[in-house]
Amino acid sequence: MAGRSTAAAVTGTTWNVYDANTLTQAEIYGRVLTELGEKDARIVALTADLAKSTKIGVFGERFPERLVNVGIAEQNLFGMAAGMAKSGLLPFVSTMSVFASMRALEQVRTDICYQGLDVKIIATHGGISFGQAGTTHHCTEDIAIMRALAGMTVIVPADGYETANVVRACVERPGPVYIRLGRGFEPLHYADEDYGFRIGTAVEIASGADFTIVCCGVAVYHAAQAAAILAETDGVSVRVLNMHTLKPLDDAAVLAAARETGHILTVEEHTVVGGLGSAVADVLAQSGVVCTFAKIGLPDCYSEVGYPEDLYCHYGIDIDGIVDRIRVMLGIVAELDEDWEDEV
Amino acid sequence: MPLTDDEVRDLQAKARELRCLMIDVTTWAGGAHIGGALSSADLLTALYYKYLNVRPDEPDWPQRDRFVLSKGHAGVGLASVLADRGYFPGELLHEFNHFKSPFGMHLDGGKVPGVDASTGSLGHGLSQALGMAWGARYQKESWLTYCLLGDGECNEGSVWEAAMAASHHRATNLITLVDRNRLMIDGPTEEVMSLEPLADKWRAFGFQVVEIDGHDFVQIAAAVEGARSRARRPDAVAPTVIIAHTVKGKGVDFMEGNVKWHYGSLDSELAARARASIVRVA
Repeated sequence: MAGRSTAAAVTGTTWNVYDANTLTQAEIYGRVLTELGEKDARIVALTADLAKSTKIGVFGERFPERLVNVGIAEQNLFGMAAGMAKSGLLPFVSTMSVFASMRALEQVRTDICYQGLDVKIIATHGGISFGQAGTTHHCTEDIAIMRALAGMTVIVPADGYETANVVRACVERPGPVYIRLGRGFEPLHYADEDYGFRIGTAVEIASGADFTIVCCGVAVYHAAQAAAILAETDGVSVRVLNMHTLKPLDDAAVLAAARETGHILTVEEHTVVGGLGSAVADVLAQSGVVCTFAKIGLPDCYSEVGYPEDLYCHYGIDIDGIVDRIRVMLGIVAELDEDWEDEV
Repeated sequence: MPLTDDEVRDLQAKARELRCLMIDVTTWAGGAHIGGALSSADLLTALYYKYLNVRPDEPDWPQRDRFVLSKGHAGVGLASVLADRGYFPGELLHEFNHFKSPFGMHLDGGKVPGVDASTGSLGHGLSQALGMAWGARYQKESWLTYCLLGDGECNEGSVWEAAMAASHHRATNLITLVDRNRLMIDGPTEEVMSLEPLADKWRAFGFQVVEIDGHDFVQIAAAVEGARSRARRPDAVAPTVIIAHTVKGKGVDFMEGNVKWHYGSLDSELAARARASIVRVA
């Protein structure tokens, strides 16, 4: 793998099979799927010329006869998966989220969801995780789209460990499941898989009485860090809910947070139209529970190009963005750090 | 084996009976895609009364042959056939299209016994049928999958995505039929979006192409039997497509070849004329 030593591969400036080998979330996904495949002959895998990038190829190396690569043809990808499910198999389909949610949406809706089929969709490169690829390869609408499909379970794991949990859990969950991953360079939040993951149940990763952040995906890491900063510097006790399952949403966790903390901020790598923020707002607006509420996400726009870290900063999805927004919501005027003055 | 004369006569009689039922259902329904149902009526009759290995009293029998009506708008045709084959009581067809009926114009496999795929959006059926055929082979099952496409449907790019994959995967256990009635909603296929040379297109995608008169049971039988024997031959590589040349509205004189009968409604007088025309052919 000579390509791995090139600067482009190391920094991820060029998307190729070599830097794709470092896809943490997807690598874990590939390994867990292979492990499940050892036990369950119904599990088969499909991709559309992204076996390497999505890591479903890890499964294919172990079970070459159980991986179907349809070439660059996403409509056939999902249609075939539907037919395979109808023949009694349990297909896992991997491609980039932008293609899974939009290029082949009608196949996902009509062939898979409408027919209630057990097809598990692993959608990689979600959000702006492949920011430098340009806006055609960003996917900031998929959660809204997938939430709108009746019968679909929608999950956005926080990191690689949670991805492992999701992949195991989705096998037992009847019907279609949409699992949205990033590109794999996202920081790990969890240290292992043992924290009681259950589809549809939010994980309280920080307890707090003054404020609640509801988040998913890469935002979980940033929210946890933000909560720690606010506790330390502002004395604000922030609850953080990892809302990994967007549908069905854990309404009870949202309402408890609203009642108990009085303030809710949602944070997601998605536009603020129809994603996590909208799902939480739906629950709040119909509940009669009063709280202050705000959403962090991309505005209703086509995202800028850049490295994900720069884009997270630009759109306020990072630690600083979350801290600043919560201070504004709580009316906290952050004071200048005099030590900082000393360093100038 | 070629059909005997008696078999041909029986299938012709059954097809007339089914065409009359399709007319009735269209009348009860208030409207349906009768033109494309009548054009495919002989193909459906041959499959359901001669070739498909199915159990109407056990619609989900795992070893059954699958049939995917990719031209899902011909649901009025398939529902009539399934009722007559005993999948469900024929009286239910009186509710076709009505409020909360299991039958809409495009059939729902979750509601109608015997429907192997919920179709209606064109260009979806062949991929699903290919997935079924792949699943059969992976599970070392010998059942076959049949898929009936409309010719206008072949405008859809997804049909060709599936065709490319079927040929790549040497899916000889998938038998594709195209109802080549040469008409689509807006007019003749060759005026709206030319398909010709259609046989060459399928050949170029790696298919074994058989062209037949889709109203001639002897030709239908020969083509289907050829495809079935290729499905059993380990040396066969190319999947089979049967391009069945048909007449839209076949059997009803005032509908034949008339684009306006892609979808239509019938009052009792018109329905009587239609039935008389169908019976007269005998």
